[in-house]
Amino acid sequence: MSAIRFENVDVIFGKQSKQALELLDKGLGRAEIFKQTGQVLGVENACLEIQKGEICVLMGLSGSGKSSLLRCINGLNTVSRGRLLIEHNGTEVDIANCSSSTLKDMRTSRISMVFQKFALMPWLTVHENVGFGLEMQGRSATERKKIIDEKLELVGLSQWRNSRPSALSGGMQQRVGLARALAMDGDILLMDEPFSALDPLIRQQLQDELLALQSKVNKTIVFVSHDLDEALKLGTNIAIMKDGRIIQHGKPEDIVLNPADEYVRTFVAHTNPLNVLCGYSLMKPLDQCKREGHDVCLDRARDYWLSLGDGHSIKAVRRSGDTLGVQRWVPGEPVETLKRQPTVVDAAIRMRDALEIRYQTGHKLILQQDGRVVGLLGDTELYHALLGKNLEKGHEESEVTPLRAAFSQAG
Amino acid sequence: MFLTDHKLPLGQVISDFVDWLIMNFSGFFDTISDVLSTIISSTTAALLWFNPLALAVIFVALVYIIQRSISLTLFAAAALLLILNLGYWQETIETLSQVIFATLVCIVIGVPLGIVAAHKRWFYEVLRPILDLMQTVPTFVYLIPTLTLFGLGVVPGLISTVIFAIAAPIRLTCLGIQDVPEELMDAGKAFGCSRWQLLTRIELPHAMPSIGAGITQCIMLSLSMVVIAALVGADGLGKPVVNALNTADIALGFEAGLAIVLLAILLDRVCKQPTARGEK
Repeated sequence: MSAIRFENVDVIFGKQSKQALELLDKGLGRAEIFKQTGQVLGVENACLEIQKGEICVLMGLSGSGKSSLLRCINGLNTVSRGRLLIEHNGTEVDIANCSSSTLKDMRTSRISMVFQKFALMPWLTVHENVGFGLEMQGRSATERKKIIDEKLELVGLSQWRNSRPSALSGGMQQRVGLARALAMDGDILLMDEPFSALDPLIRQQLQDELLALQSKVNKTIVFVSHDLDEALKLGTNIAIMKDGRIIQHGKPEDIVLNPADEYVRTFVAHTNPLNVLCGYSLMKPLDQCKREGHDVCLDRARDYWLSLGDGHSIKAVRRSGDTLGVQRWVPGEPVETLKRQPTVVDAAIRMRDALEIRYQTGHKLILQQDGRVVGLLGDTELYHALLGKNLEKGHEESEVTPLRAAFSQAG
Repeated sequence: MFLTDHKLPLGQVISDFVDWLIMNFSGFFDTISDVLSTIISSTTAALLWFNPLALAVIFVALVYIIQRSISLTLFAAAALLLILNLGYWQETIETLSQVIFATLVCIVIGVPLGIVAAHKRWFYEVLRPILDLMQTVPTFVYLIPTLTLFGLGVVPGLISTVIFAIAAPIRLTCLGIQDVPEELMDAGKAFGCSRWQLLTRIELPHAMPSIGAGITQCIMLSLSMVVIAALVGADGLGKPVVNALNTADIALGFEAGLAIVLLAILLDRVCKQPTARGEK
């Protein structure tokens, strides 16, 4: 059972949603519906499943309906039509049609939220702010204190417990917001552009902290963002929205490699692929490489070959008749200590690491999976990925010969 | 001329209405009048039971506890001693208890009305012209019917004061609550607040500075009514002012006026919100 499931959810802002829904069914668009009824179509026919423990990023420009959709999950927005099911004690609760006491229950025990502008109470201290939701849960003062201290420790703000939010920087305020949400101990965390109001350095820092936290607490997080880089960095899955519709839902790599339409493509064109793409999607697969028997050509001009043994294992790497040593790199190892020789890496290698290793060693990377060579990763592939051309595979190697020459000369 | 020959009986209607009220509900109004004047006069009596100097010391100590300001405390001490010296202690205490009582009535009625007005658009729309009316109609106009309904004394003064001053707490309570950022309300809802909790945990704390300003204003407006209250027989600092006016006594008028001003400054400073609340 998925943690959160949207089934054909429409959200209309306004009092006579019925009228607007009729127009929507007739196939009219947002602008037309607004003109005829004065109702704003927030979300149209959203279907989305979010699994337990994943970070699902709702991505889109402002007005795309991403926040509207998020706010349905805890009932801040009302679902006009459709079902919004949330797993609760083994059954599914339909937030779109539940009693107000169920909704209150879900809000106090299951779903907590982090806001774009922090939404801390300025008249309460940091510690009282974190305890706000706990009071709503009706916890005793000693219990509250224990949880508050624990969460403040978690976000590193213990020494600020008696300050007022206005004494804190934006990043710290958002940490308080996060601590307040975590204190509720619900397993669904809604984050409505939580880092958008922060400056870029702090934003990245908090993104890293969120990822580190998530590996500890393992919540189901629904995260709204207008920044694709942020979405790609954080998201287990990304749903891209436009004009109230979800136009693509998939893994970050899928989005980058196979944009559903021109809109997504423009987004993707401006992202940094370094953190997103991995060896699989970058490499030239073995079956596309030039081969002579068991030898795979690494560089014909320099007589550079990879000999494969049984089951595509590595037998040797030869250049102009000499056998070169082969080294192995696993994630987490320092790249600086690698020697200038061919390197074998796992095919799931991140692009950033691949680029660094290529620069450090001056040789193509040999990608392996379960002991089998699956592909090669060289300049062509890396440059194409950087330029956003990785969608068009199978370019001739010779295209980047001058650059490659520059690389090898530098080595 | 036709237009002037057929005068609309507006004044007559109101007058008849007041007569009708007196005919049918005089017992009711008398009871209100008795209860209110008893409360006020017993408050005054209680305060006057203290030795004036002892009470002054208590007041000064209160000023220090509330505002923690040495200069304000010194000012309070000097002002109270001056009033004592001029011989207006009893009048000052009478005025003080009237003002406090009028303000309490305004808060008890005004704050809830302000809360309702902030939530119900239609109620605010209905209330607004009434509040405008209450603040702009000259006090003397409604002093006459209150006088006939409640009789001479402190009560018609109190009622007129409340009518005049209650708009401030209503308006500022409403304003303070309407001013709560949407996001704070969302946060409250998201963490499971009920409507009552939203009001007590978010709206009222957020509106508190505004409500405080409303109460301070209310106190000042009540003070400004002391002379008019004295005209209908209320005791207090207004009385010597009225006497001074009737006898063209410049000295008396100045001294009583000074006492009113000192009391006003003192109450204003004491009620002012401490500025360092860590809010932007």
